[in-house]
Amino acid sequence: MDILQLIVSGLANGCVYGLIALGFVLIYKATEAVNFAQGDFMMLGAFITLGFTNEHYLGLPFWLSVCLAIAIMGMLGYLLDLIVLRRMFGQSQVAVVILTIALGFVIRFIAGAIWGHEPQSLESPIAGVELRFGGLALGMDEIWVIIITVLLTLLLYFFFARTKLGVAMQASSQNQLAAYYMGIPVKRIHSMIWALSGIVATIAGILFASKGSIDPTAGLLGIKAFAAAVIGGFGSLPGALLGGLIVGLVEPFAARYMPAGYSQIFPYLILIIMLIVRPHGILSQIQTKKV
Amino acid sequence: MRIVFKTSYDADIRLFKHNAQAFWYLLLFTVAILLPFLVNDFLIGEATLVLIWAICGMGLMMLVGQTGQASLGHAAFMAVGAYSNVIYQINFNMPFLLSFPLSGLTAGVAGALVALPTTRLHGIYLAIATLAISVLTEDIIIILEPITGGIAGIFAPDIQIFGYTFNRYGNPVELYWLVLAITFVVVYAYRNILRSPTGRAFAAVRDSEVSAKAMGVNVARTKMVAFAISCTITGLGGALMGHFATVFTNETFNLIISITLLLIIVVGGLGTIHGAFFGSIVFVMLPLLISVTRDAVGSLTGSGSITIPGLESGIFGAILIGFILFEPMGLYGRWLKIRTYFELFPFYRKDMFRRQKSYLKTERTR
Amino acid sequence: MSLLELTNVTLRFGGLVAVNDVSFNVEEGEVFALVGPNGAGKSTIFNMISRFYTPAEGEIKFEGKSILNWEPHEIPSQGIARTFQNIELFEQASVLQNLLVGRHTHRRSNFLADMVFTPFVRNEERVHREAVEHVIDFLDLQAYRDKMIAGLPYGVRKVVEMGRALAIKPKLLLLDEPASGLSVEETQDVAFWIEDIKKVMGITVLMVEHDMHLVGAVSDRVMALADGRMLAIGTPQEVQNDPAVIEAYLGSDDMSEDGEAA
Repeated sequence: MDILQLIVSGLANGCVYGLIALGFVLIYKATEAVNFAQGDFMMLGAFITLGFTNEHYLGLPFWLSVCLAIAIMGMLGYLLDLIVLRRMFGQSQVAVVILTIALGFVIRFIAGAIWGHEPQSLESPIAGVELRFGGLALGMDEIWVIIITVLLTLLLYFFFARTKLGVAMQASSQNQLAAYYMGIPVKRIHSMIWALSGIVATIAGILFASKGSIDPTAGLLGIKAFAAAVIGGFGSLPGALLGGLIVGLVEPFAARYMPAGYSQIFPYLILIIMLIVRPHGILSQIQTKKV
Repeated sequence: MRIVFKTSYDADIRLFKHNAQAFWYLLLFTVAILLPFLVNDFLIGEATLVLIWAICGMGLMMLVGQTGQASLGHAAFMAVGAYSNVIYQINFNMPFLLSFPLSGLTAGVAGALVALPTTRLHGIYLAIATLAISVLTEDIIIILEPITGGIAGIFAPDIQIFGYTFNRYGNPVELYWLVLAITFVVVYAYRNILRSPTGRAFAAVRDSEVSAKAMGVNVARTKMVAFAISCTITGLGGALMGHFATVFTNETFNLIISITLLLIIVVGGLGTIHGAFFGSIVFVMLPLLISVTRDAVGSLTGSGSITIPGLESGIFGAILIGFILFEPMGLYGRWLKIRTYFELFPFYRKDMFRRQKSYLKTERTR
Repeated sequence: MSLLELTNVTLRFGGLVAVNDVSFNVEEGEVFALVGPNGAGKSTIFNMISRFYTPAEGEIKFEGKSILNWEPHEIPSQGIARTFQNIELFEQASVLQNLLVGRHTHRRSNFLADMVFTPFVRNEERVHREAVEHVIDFLDLQAYRDKMIAGLPYGVRKVVEMGRALAIKPKLLLLDEPASGLSVEETQDVAFWIEDIKKVMGITVLMVEHDMHLVGAVSDRVMALADGRMLAIGTPQEVQNDPAVIEAYLGSDDMSEDGEAA
């Protein structure tokens, strides 16, 4: 029976990984920049919500705090692209990678300075409730995480498939020049993508912080989310979620059935095997250079 | 500006462009040798640390600056160098003179093994693969506890060469000279690579893989060689770092160290040997500066010494962002600009060093 | 035996047939030009010869041996060098270094010897340098020897690209639009160089070119392609007057005066 528990908690973790992975796949697809600070975005989003809603801080209503956090993180993402990333246009990808890693350091420092380095839990309506079926106890928070992720995925799907902005984002990620010629303001679209991924990260952070606790180093989770994105196929949105779920599912089982010490290397082992066997991921989208 | 009249092909092959340049570097080297007579033991220790970081930085520079391959996991190869060096000495009773080069070789082989499957990857995939390796290394060190000491760490014995002892605390000056000599050898080998076909093949792979292939450069093999050389150098640096730290654990060579190495080469100036040195000077000086500032601020406000956890890495991050945005050629680039300004005074133009978009353009299609 | 033989070569990208059953031979010592509108499959043929693409059907032979088992980086050492349509130079290196990379196939040292810079490596460097200096003299690149590619004008880059391929000392030189984007004077230089490459250096040239004046001036034989199929093959004169070619280029109307439209 505890297999089911493992599956649910794995899926819930996987959803968080998947959402973080989704965030940088969004950015990568649109701008070719890789945001290594996505995990720290997640952490920051969680802390902002926590700072608004927890009794210890401002004690605002939960949903208001969520809206505020989403707005702030969206704006932060937008401004970050506008002020920092736009200067990097056309520069080497390595430089962008280093830049975003450095950004993660700074975010971690700021979060630590404001909210301290102790792990804290988000006081959200979904935290701490348990569902009991006979001998089986499922965390309501974990089930909520899964439900919200599914809803968010559907929402994003409709956004990209149906709305004008979503289609414009897709177009500019497929061919920047052509999109530009068609009158799509590519630069602004890029900033909006950063805003969007800031929002997705915030939601991931809220989910993560309400089913456990969060501290400034939680951003390092982003590395696992990276593994997830690569396993799923970098550049594919469904792939990011799929990869997240795989990594999330593997972890609790490895922890259960493998000797201690081996379990945490599992996601990375899968990643490396994946890179060797199928470097472009499960749902790959590759193009080769024309000469 | 000095005009050099070249009268033989050797003029382009030799290490220094002209005698004046050779003179300045010789002077620099002499000062470096005489440094222990000029400053106290604490600063000699710091200078040793600068040299060790510079060696590790040169290793990464070979890969990132010369071959254009990103590695976010070079601390792993420092770890391989440090651990293998000590293990060879303790478990196999090897003298330092044997264990040290062997540890470099071990790291080089490890690098080549990592490169074997990953050379097909570029840009972002390679970055992530190396990142994963860096994370994995920490766990592998714990798993291999019987020989690595696991979380408890491992103790590096003093370096012994022909009965002479080199210890950071006992005889820092001798250790400094030893590290200086090793640095000299590494720089010489690095320069040789730059002026030989291997270095040109690296540059070819960095600038255009397609056209490197069309010129007959075996891209996969070249990347592997670059990885091997790079990891050998970094491994040697790691072995020295092990001796310098005297005790090290699985956390000594963590992800932060990998990022630190990147910081060193980016802040110093990507693609130049000078850059590795400039960068490591900044990196070693920074904690000193921060603690001095902290004490000054503390005594000024009367609140005593304040400690803000994570402050150092926060400042590192901010510096890194500043350099990437405003001085992508690093400190060495800034130095070149200042020098040219004075050499050409008053004819220096602002756009003389306008940087063309370089290294990796679009990554998706390569 | 011809130097280069393509027999019934076909290449598809998904559903699109980029090259459809093309056969032709390039004889030793001639200049052979491929002409045709954009998307006719000319560059694709180049990419198959330099092994970036593998044909779905057909055979490509160089000096009587199939080249389809070779890797792209093995092609230059067999004596085939190429240039790229959109210049692919090593941007962060000097002209000299770019040309020296062209000597890579003649390299006999390994990276260990390079690291120590043995006398052998030094001698090799001198030999490579001399070979490159011949190319520099031939293409009048003396003034740019130590300049970074990143700062060079387009016309010079085009010449460096050609020089880099010549530094390989190939038997067959593939020139992908050597005159595109060049001024009239520069194009004339290219014409002279191609003549000299053929006559003085004895290198066979296969080129893709849109400028029909250049094609008419230097090539011995021309093949016209459209939509991946071969239209006509023969002397420049014959091909220009071929009804199928005229139709492909200008529709079914009469041709005005020459093939400039290409």
